[in-house]
Amino acid sequence: MNIAGELGIVYALLGAAVAVLFAGSGSAIGVGIAGQAAAGVVTEDPGKFAKVLIIQLLPGTQGLYGLLVGFITLSKIGILGGGIADVSVTTGLLILAACLPIGIVGLLSGIAQGKTAASAIGIVAKKPDQFGKAMLFPAMVETYAILALLISFLAVNGIQV
Amino acid sequence: MSNTKYTYAVARIRALEVSLFSDAFIEQLLACKSADQVLQSVIEKGWGDMDTEHDAEAVFKREEEKAWEVIRDTAPDMSVFDVLSYPKLYHNLKAAVKEVYAGVNNPAMFYDDCAVSGEEMLQIVENREFSRLPGNMSRTAQEALEALLHTGDGQLCDIIVDRAALDAIEEAGKRSGEPIIEDYADTTVAIADIKIAVRSQKTGKSADFMRNAMAECDSLSLDQLIRAALAGEEEIARYLEGTSYSGGADALRESPSAFERWCDNRMTETLRPQKYETFSVGPLLGYLVARQNEIKTVRIILTGKQNGFSDEAIRERIREMYV
Repeated sequence: MNIAGELGIVYALLGAAVAVLFAGSGSAIGVGIAGQAAAGVVTEDPGKFAKVLIIQLLPGTQGLYGLLVGFITLSKIGILGGGIADVSVTTGLLILAACLPIGIVGLLSGIAQGKTAASAIGIVAKKPDQFGKAMLFPAMVETYAILALLISFLAVNGIQV
Repeated sequence: MSNTKYTYAVARIRALEVSLFSDAFIEQLLACKSADQVLQSVIEKGWGDMDTEHDAEAVFKREEEKAWEVIRDTAPDMSVFDVLSYPKLYHNLKAAVKEVYAGVNNPAMFYDDCAVSGEEMLQIVENREFSRLPGNMSRTAQEALEALLHTGDGQLCDIIVDRAALDAIEEAGKRSGEPIIEDYADTTVAIADIKIAVRSQKTGKSADFMRNAMAECDSLSLDQLIRAALAGEEEIARYLEGTSYSGGADALRESPSAFERWCDNRMTETLRPQKYETFSVGPLLGYLVARQNEIKTVRIILTGKQNGFSDEAIRERIREMYV
């Protein structure tokens, strides 16, 4: 394997890392923010534990999307389930670029969704019967993480190794 | 993530806001036949504790303590609440100065739930250990004590301490770095200035007196307010119409109690948007002020019932609720 070939696999692996790291960080921060709000409500009213837990988990999906893209990428370049493929620099960079949407959007939407989830937990604290509506606000943010997942997924799949 | 440091606290406050009294419950209290029924109704809502039993003052004191306990439990930084604790702190100073001057000792005159307790304050003033006081308070304490010892004028002492309290509140608001605290502090000082103008007008005080008693704030021009106060009550109302306190003009024309009511309602109005905040200190401040407002309102109803006031007379004094 020549140097150029090695760089290709490095770029591809970097793509998988970006997807998992950034999207995972976004989810960790988002779930953390929502968790603080959930803890505040449960301190005063433990009966709302189940409802606030569900809302707290909503920003966790970005991490899963990042994991999915990272997993597909690793399979694509043969690190999982077979020998390592001979990846050119161009292909490696293409894979890296394909992983960026879920990495970046995952990070930002995870944080934004965490903040929205914290606000939605405030609704549940005051009006538990409005739980369904409270769920919708953070769920709206999810749309954009799904769009990014879609593009990253199609792009990684579409690249011929 | 410093902008999320109030997330836990605000969520706890959200859960507690459901137990705040609504306007409908206040109407129920108004409909009570006697003061005992009013007290019983609030006790059934969880006011007081085992020790307070049916003693109204003890119940009110306990509720005030509970509100501060919640804030102390949840707030990551208590210094932003200086704007609310300063009035009590300066009250303790005023009481200590007067007690030292008069040579009496009455612990009931002091608040204990603030930075310097009554006993400590009395000790500081007695021994002239003013450096133990926080911030600019040492200078105020010295000035107030000397003024009282030299002139025996209690009102002069009050003016020195009250003015220093207002200056400290305005300064604490600016120091907090929180827009809502700054806004609240400025509104507190502005309303105090308006009250001084109204009372000075009624008692025929001079411009110099008002200038010494009033504190600078961003939302009012003291020169214009003093000029208006010298010209009469209607002029004060006319001046207020051109400021963000225009509601006070109508209240002033209506009656003194309507004006006092407007002053508290204006505070609630300043804080009401905080019910929809999630990441700022605003909801904590809103809750604390709402609790204090609630206690004041129940006290008004109770006192009104005890003294046989008509429902209408009590209603005129009832404050708007936060929730």
